[in-house]
Amino acid sequence: MNSSNNVERHPKTVNPNSSTFSLSVNGERHTLTLDNRTTLLDALREHLQLTGSKKGCDHGQCGACTVLVNGVRINACLSLAVMHEGDDIATIEGVGEADHLDPMQQAFVDHDAFQCGYCTPGQICSAKAVLEEIQAGLPSHVTYDLNTPIELNDAEIRERMSGNLCRCGAYANILKAINQVAEARS
Amino acid sequence: MDFNQSTEDNLFDRARIIGKPHTRVDGILKVTGRAPYAYERHDVVASQLVGYPVGATIARGKITHMDASAARAAPGVAAVITTLELEPLARADSNVAHLFGGASVEHYHQAIAVVVADTLEQARGAASLIEVRYEETPGEFDLEDAWARLQSTGEPIANVGDVDAAFAAAPVTLDETYRTASQSHAMMEPHASIVDWSDGGQMTVWTSNQMVEWTRQALATTFAIDADRIRLESPYVGGGFGGKLWLRADAVLAALGSRETGRPVKVALPRPMIFNNATHRSGTIQRLRIAAEADGRITVFEHAAVSHTLPGGSGEDAVNQTRCFYAGENRRVAHHPIDMNLPESADMRAPGEASGLAVLEIAMDEMAEKLGMDPVEFRILNDTQVNPEEPSKPFSDRHFVECLRKGAEAFGWAERNLKPGCKREGQWLIGHGVAGAYRGAPTMTSGARVRLQNGRLIVETDMTDIGTGSYTILTQTAAETMGMEIQNVEVRLGNSAYPTSSGSGGQFGAASSTAGVYAACVALQKQIAKRLHVDEARFENGRVVGGQIDMALADVADGEEMVAEDSISFGDFKDKLEIGTFAAHFVEVAVHAYTGETRVRRMLAVCDAGRILNPITARSQVIGGMTMGVGAALTEGMSVDTERGFFVNHDLAGYEVAVHADIPEQEVIFLDTTDAASTPLKAKGIGELGICGVAAAIANAIYNATGVRVREYPMTLDRIIAQLPAA
Repeated sequence: MNSSNNVERHPKTVNPNSSTFSLSVNGERHTLTLDNRTTLLDALREHLQLTGSKKGCDHGQCGACTVLVNGVRINACLSLAVMHEGDDIATIEGVGEADHLDPMQQAFVDHDAFQCGYCTPGQICSAKAVLEEIQAGLPSHVTYDLNTPIELNDAEIRERMSGNLCRCGAYANILKAINQVAEARS
Repeated sequence: MDFNQSTEDNLFDRARIIGKPHTRVDGILKVTGRAPYAYERHDVVASQLVGYPVGATIARGKITHMDASAARAAPGVAAVITTLELEPLARADSNVAHLFGGASVEHYHQAIAVVVADTLEQARGAASLIEVRYEETPGEFDLEDAWARLQSTGEPIANVGDVDAAFAAAPVTLDETYRTASQSHAMMEPHASIVDWSDGGQMTVWTSNQMVEWTRQALATTFAIDADRIRLESPYVGGGFGGKLWLRADAVLAALGSRETGRPVKVALPRPMIFNNATHRSGTIQRLRIAAEADGRITVFEHAAVSHTLPGGSGEDAVNQTRCFYAGENRRVAHHPIDMNLPESADMRAPGEASGLAVLEIAMDEMAEKLGMDPVEFRILNDTQVNPEEPSKPFSDRHFVECLRKGAEAFGWAERNLKPGCKREGQWLIGHGVAGAYRGAPTMTSGARVRLQNGRLIVETDMTDIGTGSYTILTQTAAETMGMEIQNVEVRLGNSAYPTSSGSGGQFGAASSTAGVYAACVALQKQIAKRLHVDEARFENGRVVGGQIDMALADVADGEEMVAEDSISFGDFKDKLEIGTFAAHFVEVAVHAYTGETRVRRMLAVCDAGRILNPITARSQVIGGMTMGVGAALTEGMSVDTERGFFVNHDLAGYEVAVHADIPEQEVIFLDTTDAASTPLKAKGIGELGICGVAAAIANAIYNATGVRVREYPMTLDRIIAQLPAA
């Protein structure tokens, strides 16, 4: 569960079908009144017009909508916006700008870690979270020893990135990009 | 510009920019999430409504009743259009099934209604309230039945020599049947369009489509309006792979919704609707007969294949490459596209060859084994430099043997596992496989316009960039030709207001569109030379030099804009040549000794595709093809419900494309070749070559690892485990 401390997490019901709630996106606070059926992804893309997060499948199968909620990556299409009262959301628009790229964005450019670009914001958000997860000691399916710090290796990265599909097939280049950032950090 | 003969030595042989690695010029837009894809164009027109499609839930028959009253009364709904309210819309030649209109249902998930509302939630909710009753008609959905009925019938496409006599006389023969699965493009961006046809007059379409002009013309046909009333933009395409070559239901439904409501309407196909509503690659059943002399020289190729199509379509021609990939004097190929009632099959990345080489290259491996030959040497022995059906027709530039030799060396082929099932690491059986690849290198007429504005060059063409790198290679082409630097060139794509290009498809886009931009730049050079009264002008370092003139391009027009437009057309001299691209794929796999699970451990492609315009983007094309080939080999297959006539696994969880964890180290080597018969740049396509043969290389590696010869794709573990050697 994502919980942010000291925040009342009670959206106001406007009528049986919609609610008013507040969330923070890339550090900016927004109060929205939306149909309860609106996903976090559509709140971002349609209502805040932050279209960097992509909709590839709309039901959690492709990862193109990956955003960070209170620092944890989720598929924004699988989460209703109204559930995020008080949450801090980070999207690709907050990761870096054209004249001030995040190292992960620069590494994706350097290694041609995309082609059509549609999965790319999700890949970048996921990649940044993966490095944090490994550093925080969160194990994955390919982590064999739970009693020692997790080794940051290709298998760990590939496994943890596998929720982000890339049909153009840039996986080998994405791996290089993530490794470039990981090496620079260490 | 007419390209009527093979080109001589030219500026591209001394290139500064073409052929050099350059990161994508659109890269920053894509990594920052700022590249605008079709469905998210909030900026282009105000007051957009949202349309949500409804698909038929039978495969064949007619709709007897639709009740949309509850949907019309639902909150936020602006309009509901059901298929019963319209006559069938006219069908463009590029479409097989009707996209909308009328009571007839031609395939599962064919669009039968669109609900337009203020929001997606409202439209989707209302769409679920529409009641539909059908009268079903029995359909044909089983390719096995069709194969049983049709093999050995019909007229072959080609029939050279005496196949039956030569086969009977040969000391070594192979006769096997293979199966490939139906596949979905599964591009990451769903089909999506915003259409503004508010006044019923001018139609503006923001869409995701590979072929701007084809689709504009298809819209004109569909709605029986003048194409001049339609403007279409497709500047960023989130993947296509052939799935976005055509007008599809998203744009049609958005147009209908816009006309009805007098507001712009946007429609994206919901992912679970794409697999059955849109197009796919047909599955195939293929029979290969190959005969050879004891020394390995092939004497017979016979290849027959069946694939499914809706009546009027063309299916998946899996036999075409067999006509001229390898030598052999007796040859017969036949393709049977069968009218069936599954959804619409059409082109997907390397249509024909992807399925055909997946089979032919297993058969070649089987023959090599029967002959006791190294499969690399067997292929080299049977190389041909002419079309074997028509020996007077040479290949323009073919280095397949070099691909094989260079690949064998780089991969360490000599150290491969030699005896199936005999190399083991722990619980894993290790194997190595090779396959050849061949794909044609067509070119299409392609136009462009260039604008010189104070020393900056703007290139406009309706060419699309579907991830292929068009923005980048066209920038490089213009900068090279004009003697400018890349940062002074801006390429604008995907707009029907720009000159018509080849578009992106069939591996013709890069070669054709760069030639078109070259032609436009040459036209501009002539204008500049004329303006400056120079006979022989050179363009270098941002300057024009010739005669008494040595002037910065920024100064040639006194602050005015100079505009030139041209297109490249390719002459019929090409008909006398086979112009193709070639590759060799090498793969190492590990197959789990107890479960039959296959993991690809290493992949290498060596490609011969003429001048490589940009090794970074070209390499990405090839590894992308290799990755799609891994999916085709191991996981991708749309399962047919042969009772109800639809693809059952119609989403990205049920239809499994390769993921990060499936893809190992991938190496690509480009041969340093040029093909003067292709274009002024001596370049050919490579985007489809990358997928050709990959699946067979994996199949052959699985055989080498386990001794299990799988002749049906995808090679899931259930197709391997029963025959695994005793552990």
